[in-house]
Amino acid sequence: MTWSDILRTGWDAIRAHKLRSMLTSLGILIGIAAVVLTVGLGEGAQQKVAKQLAALGGNLLIVSPGSSTSGGVRGGFGSANTLTRADAEALTSKTAAPDIGGVAPILQSSDQSLVNGSANWTTTVVGTTSSWLSVRARTLSSGRFISDADESNAGGVVVLASDTATELFGPLDPVGQSVTINSVPYQVIGVLTSAGSDSSTNLDDQAIVPISTASQRIVGGTSRSSVQTIYVKAVSDGRLSAAYQETNSILQYRHSITASSTSDFTITTQQSVISTTSSVDNTLTNLLIGIAALSLLVGGIGVMNIMLVSVKERTREIGLRKALGGTPALIRRQFLSEASMLGLTGGLLGVVVGVGGAVVLRHLISNPIAISVPWLLIAIAVAITIGIGFGVYPAARAARLSPIDALRSE
Amino acid sequence: MVSALGADAPTQPLPGRPGPVIELDDVRKVYRTGSIEVEALRGVSITVGQGEYVAIMGPSGSGKSTLMHILGCLDRPTSGRYRLAGEDVAEMDEIELAEVRNQRVGFVFQQFNLLPSLTALRNVEMPLSYAGVARERRRRRALEALDRVGLGDRVAHRPGELSGGQQQRVAVARALVTDPDLLLADEPTGNLDSSASADVLALFDELHEQGRTVVLITHEGDIARRAAQIIRLRDGAVT
Repeated sequence: MTWSDILRTGWDAIRAHKLRSMLTSLGILIGIAAVVLTVGLGEGAQQKVAKQLAALGGNLLIVSPGSSTSGGVRGGFGSANTLTRADAEALTSKTAAPDIGGVAPILQSSDQSLVNGSANWTTTVVGTTSSWLSVRARTLSSGRFISDADESNAGGVVVLASDTATELFGPLDPVGQSVTINSVPYQVIGVLTSAGSDSSTNLDDQAIVPISTASQRIVGGTSRSSVQTIYVKAVSDGRLSAAYQETNSILQYRHSITASSTSDFTITTQQSVISTTSSVDNTLTNLLIGIAALSLLVGGIGVMNIMLVSVKERTREIGLRKALGGTPALIRRQFLSEASMLGLTGGLLGVVVGVGGAVVLRHLISNPIAISVPWLLIAIAVAITIGIGFGVYPAARAARLSPIDALRSE
Repeated sequence: MVSALGADAPTQPLPGRPGPVIELDDVRKVYRTGSIEVEALRGVSITVGQGEYVAIMGPSGSGKSTLMHILGCLDRPTSGRYRLAGEDVAEMDEIELAEVRNQRVGFVFQQFNLLPSLTALRNVEMPLSYAGVARERRRRRALEALDRVGLGDRVAHRPGELSGGQQQRVAVARALVTDPDLLLADEPTGNLDSSASADVLALFDELHEQGRTVVLITHEGDIARRAAQIIRLRDGAVT
């Protein structure tokens, strides 16, 4: 008897009792649906994190000033002013910092009012250098970005993020137009491509100006060379920790710091930012895993129960099959194939319900749910395995029946 | 017909066996239920030659069911020798017995024992699938067997859509399809009305005329008398 014959025999038996088979599969169905949703939630969260990382610019270190107050001595000019444009300049050295691919100092001011004729919009104005574009992994949809020349002569030019451009200019192309910031006119030289939002800020709502312009005309303050943040980009993902070490030692040297506990700056990575801001809803995931495990267990017991009933009910059929030449091994395989098909049915329906549930749930909860085909296949394989696992005992009982007793049974 | 059915190797009667189909030598069968021993067969010796038509007759409790089980290799004798088509089957294990049942014996039961969810064709195919015959050949041979019993136009019907007589003829086709050495019928007309009974018995007569070895177990004298030889059984022994 070939495997296809055995599977066909199993399928015939399932079809002969459609309702019963469906009800038996129900437990496995619920379990597999829960597995699909659990995995979907986990994968969705991972994809969300990956997407945020990509949106923020990969391989990125964020250097912030003066978070250290230890000893109270190393305050310098106050905690916000310990980083300077010269620090940023020093990090670009290819000899001292070979693993750093780009450096962008940031000096920004929120709540700046931008005006274009009758349209006005309040947003954050970011002062930075020409390397910002590659460090933050952004692109332009039109125009050009700030150049080194704009930087050196503190030019009155601005690059708008996509949402900001839409708010001020509607559907028109703003490049070449002019906006006023604090009543000072600036020429729009470019528009950024949309990048979505990271965990806390809308990346598409900002205005970029040269950092010299920002320090002289917008942010002001006493120390015109200080910056608020320095973005450091490693040459590759794998060099991130090397870039971290280089940044740390260069800045410690420049700030004459000998012990890291007295540092007047902090270096964070994107990963650490993300992990604190986006946590997967663990309660929901645990609940689903619990439901999945319980219903797969109950479903498996259901399969065993129905298979035992089926063996009892079809004792005569088993006797006949043995009389016609069915060996114990073939009888056992027949019932195992039947049990595995109950599992398969439950698995397939569970995947359908799980994917359907994911589509519905997407609209009800904030967590994204991803459907991954390899996981769906694994879920179906699990369902079949459960069917077979719980079918072993009933199948062994069927195989053990003596043909005479089986044929005599009514 | 016989030659047409015998075309395939796995179920072809082994050549060079001119001897009797059944040689039963002093077969005893003892059933134990707890401490009680029941001797169902007390030294039965029977020989059935190739192409013979033998009826085994006896009242209920005479041991004819036990004898039928042993003849059909569904059970092993407690002692004695049983050679089926020259092969000693008394000492065979369960797997070997399954193979012997599949290839050497064709069963016809009182209850027909067709699977209700399968068509006549697939019921007839079943022994061939256990014999490992490829699907295409299986189908062809099952169709031939159904044709042989006059049901060539009912192959797609399920047992529930067939009359009792037709169902039993499907069962006969299933017994014939492996081209067995022995056709073993246990009260084949017990569940049939008289015209269907006559029908089925006529079929057995025909098969006998074509050279089949038929052993028919019954308690009815009328039916037993159609056979060439009657073996009467009483209290587990041949009388």
